[in-house]
Amino acid sequence: MPNIGVSISLLVIFGGLAWLLIRSISGREVDRRIIFVFIFVAVAAPLLFPITFQEKATSIVRDLFDRIEELPEGSHVLISFDFDPAMAPEVQPMANAISRHCLDKGHRVIFMSLWATGQSLMTTTLTNVILPEFPEKVDGRDYVNIGFKAGNEGVLNVIVSDFKKMFPTNVNGVPLDSMEIFEGIESCADLDFIVALGGGRPGPKEWVLFVGDPADVPIGVGVAAVVAPQLYPYYPQQVIGILGGIKGAAEYESELTHRRERFADMETPGLHMMGPQTLAHLVIMSFIIIGNIAFFRKKRSGSDSR
Amino acid sequence: MKRQLPFVLVFIFGLFMMFQYFVPHEISEWIYEFLLDWIVIIGIFALALGLWSLFRVSVDKIKMRKDNWGYSYITLAGLFVMVAFGFTHRVADAWGLYFIWILLSLLCLGSLMQLRAATNSRQKKMYFASALILLILSTLVAVFDDTWRFYFYTAEGLENSMFRAFFDYILLPILSTMFALLAFFIASAAYRAFRARNVLATLLLLAALLVMIRFNPWIQGDEAWASKASNWLMNVPNLAAQRAIVIGIGLGIVATALKVILGIERGYMGKG
Repeated sequence: MPNIGVSISLLVIFGGLAWLLIRSISGREVDRRIIFVFIFVAVAAPLLFPITFQEKATSIVRDLFDRIEELPEGSHVLISFDFDPAMAPEVQPMANAISRHCLDKGHRVIFMSLWATGQSLMTTTLTNVILPEFPEKVDGRDYVNIGFKAGNEGVLNVIVSDFKKMFPTNVNGVPLDSMEIFEGIESCADLDFIVALGGGRPGPKEWVLFVGDPADVPIGVGVAAVVAPQLYPYYPQQVIGILGGIKGAAEYESELTHRRERFADMETPGLHMMGPQTLAHLVIMSFIIIGNIAFFRKKRSGSDSR
Repeated sequence: MKRQLPFVLVFIFGLFMMFQYFVPHEISEWIYEFLLDWIVIIGIFALALGLWSLFRVSVDKIKMRKDNWGYSYITLAGLFVMVAFGFTHRVADAWGLYFIWILLSLLCLGSLMQLRAATNSRQKKMYFASALILLILSTLVAVFDDTWRFYFYTAEGLENSMFRAFFDYILLPILSTMFALLAFFIASAAYRAFRARNVLATLLLLAALLVMIRFNPWIQGDEAWASKASNWLMNVPNLAAQRAIVIGIGLGIVATALKVILGIERGYMGKG
């Protein structure tokens, strides 16, 4: 049944595009409402009739995966949820996959957020991923949620030298001093790895500038696709690896499912979302080509009439 | 004095923050950390200021009956309800009369808003009476149902089912939808903007197509031609442009900071 659905959807989309292509040869422009309808169908069809692709990680994603893989068991990894629900469809799959990977490797994970909205998204990862999939992990020993703190870069400037000054307790008011996970952790300089997830300000860039460089802590980032190009100047010296948008999330999930047996059947929202994204990209590319054909036809007919 | 004191403070603290970076002395570090605490405190006050500002703007909109003033009621109701559910000690399904208390409080706030917007004494009396009655009722409910207790110190309130439901089923879909709408506009803009009008536009068009091709799952790993081309675009022209932008912004920040420290730029005081 899904195959029939996929076939019909593809037929409708590409049949429609072919019809528009023929129209464009006569120099006719496409109304924006028609473009909207095509994008809607291109996104909705793979959601209704899922199309899943295989992904192979690129080096920029594999570098981040390998770094987490190579850290010795018991390493301290901080994951910062600096994003809001608007970015969640792109960034949350990365957050879930990286959290799974870290905990499965036996790392000790500290969850925090510089965005007020990040607190609830962090809770989503804890409730939907960590609690059901890692019942053996203990809060305060294997992971801890220290929550959101207002102050943006100010927070980073403090925790780079004194962690507990800014976060004396976890979200439930338990002092960090009483937790096993914080033994030997005084500041960010004592962490083994930081994963900054986000896309706005404060976000991964601020983590690099205010924590990664001054404290000499390696940083990996996961960002919304539109932000990824801005982080390339920091790769690979200041940023170990970059997960950019759904594609980055899908590649990371692919690595996780292939290289860690436990996750062979895990939920892979990133890989599933590649279907709608791919189809939407194909539609956009087709419209760019159609637009150019119409443009050149109009140009030629204009010069002919002169 | 009223105008000079802020300039003096900005000059002293601006210069200190600039030079302490190069002075790794204990006292310098202590003052630096002390000032950082202030930044965080100011950040928290900024949150409170933002809330107050939202409240004032909404109330003024209702009072002056500006365009779409009705939506301000929804803004204020959303603000109150999220705060009320985020701090309450009630968890799971043991809500008791909490929903009734919320409803009475909302109606009371609504009456107060209407009281501010009332134009004649009859309306004022009516809204004042209704606000008073609703306030008494909500207080009675709060006292008898033990609604008063809130979590102000911990984040346990944020775990309650109603707060999560509001976040998961209202805020998350709304913001995701707003972001997703970009896909439609990007497609329409790409159709109109990416046209080979001249050499530069053609280069832009080709770069966009290459990066989009790279993002489809048929192009696997780093070895495919599209990956190589796309990686070159990201690692060479994009990197050069990004670095230029970053350095330009950095120099701009230094110049602006100097102007602020020296009192040339006075926009932060609300005057040019």
